[in-house]
This record gives sequence, structure tokens and C-alpha cells, in this order.
Amino acid sequence: MTSPTVIEATVPDERAQARRSFLLVFSCTLIGALAQIFVKQGTAQLGTHVTLVQVLREPGLIVRFCLGVITNMKLFIGYGMYGINTFLMALALKGRELSRLYPIIALTYVWVTILSLFVLPGEHLNFFRTTGIAFIVCGVSVLGLKK
Amino acid sequence: MKTPLSSIILVLFGSFIGSFGAVFLKLGAEHMKGSLARLLNNYWLAVGILLYLLSSVFYMMGVAQGQLTVLYPMVSLGYIWAIIWARLFFKEPFTIAKIGGLLMIIFGVALINFGNA
Repeated sequence: MTSPTVIEATVPDERAQARRSFLLVFSCTLIGALAQIFVKQGTAQLGTHVTLVQVLREPGLIVRFCLGVITNMKLFIGYGMYGINTFLMALALKGRELSRLYPIIALTYVWVTILSLFVLPGEHLNFFRTTGIAFIVCGVSVLGLKK
Repeated sequence: MKTPLSSIILVLFGSFIGSFGAVFLKLGAEHMKGSLARLLNNYWLAVGILLYLLSSVFYMMGVAQGQLTVLYPMVSLGYIWAIIWARLFFKEPFTIAKIGGLLMIIFGVALINFGNA
């Protein structure tokens, strides 16, 4: 026998669901930005200095680099947060269109910039960088529009 | 302080590889049905995940040096590749919004590089 209350519970309020998705994706941008700071700090600890040409000439460098990566705590935390993020995003996107969420996702660029300035050494902005980031945020935001 | 060009190139290369990862993940998702055994046999997914991992290796090599305020926005160029591959491989049409967004992203990335010089 099915009870009517169960059926009601499976038909969620459309607006409540939209708000839930919005909040989830918004949290994801904050977590994702924080993860980027950890990844940056972790890789800085590795102290690697390679160029693309060097890596393509000697692919063994990738293996050596990865050995450093898997033993680094900050990178572990950073990518752990990334994993949580991916899971939350999948939850938020369930049954919803990704395209409408691009303007929120684009906020990640803003958070990473602000966090970098406060937390990381040697970071600074100038007119061109700030304008550039603003253009990127606008560009990513409009990608999902229907026309 | 200036962010080395070699770091910028590594991050851009990483986002380029990552965009192929997205293509393979999408192919994998299209072939995704049935049991866990079939999921593990889904080579598209495996290749997609491998490319993602490889792209993050290049990203990490890139951000090891230089400033995140310059390097992180470079990742957005990955959207450009994704839009192009979506058109080529999945026949997803270009829209005015996509072209407009694409131009704004390219202009933004160019401005940041200019601001780094």
C-alpha cells in the first residue's frame, strides 16, 4: 500500500529546489576557490621549475613530479575539497540545466582573486588584470544564454 | 613581480588537455548504462579521467611558480576549446551568447597577460 504523504514528498516544490541548487553551486564556488589556494601553496612547496618543452622532451619528469604531489598535505587537502565539490555539483545539477548556473560558477574567478590577494605572497592587481578578470567573469556568465 | 611565461604556457596547455578530457567524459556518459562491470569497461570514461589527471599535472607544474591572480584566470580559456570541440564532435551549434562569451574571455585573458608584462 502506498500512503499519500510519500507521494507528496517525492514532488518537490520547484522554487525550493531552484534555491537549493543555487545555494549548492554558490558554496561550490567558495570551496573551489579555497581549494585553488591550497593547490597553489602545495605546488609552491614542491618548488618545481619546469617548462612545457622540458616536460615534452623528458616525460619522466611527470612521474617525478607526481611522486612529490602524492606526498604533499596541502595538495591532498586541495584535491580532497575538489572531490567534495564535484559531488556537490552533481547534486546541484541533478535535473537542472547547467547553462543557467554559469553566472554563479563564474564567481570562482572573483573568489580566487580576492583570496589570493589576502593569503598568498607576492600577489597584486593592476588595472589590466582587474579589467581582464571582469571580462572573463562576464564572458563565462553569458555562455549559457539561450540565443 | 612578474609571472613567468613558462608557467602561463603550462597552465594553458593543461586547460587544452582538460578540454579533451571533457569530450571523452561526454562520450563515456553517452555509452553509460547498466552494471558496474560495464562502467569499468567504459574506455571513454577511463581516457577522460586520465586526461583530466594529466591536465591537472600540467596545471600544478604551472602554478608552482608565479601568481595565482594571473594564472588562475588562464583556465577560462578551456571554455573556448570546449565550445569548439562541442561544435566539431557533438554538433552543438554556435550561438550568439557563446561567440560573445568566447570573445570576452579571449579579450580578458589577453588583458591579464598585458597586465603581467
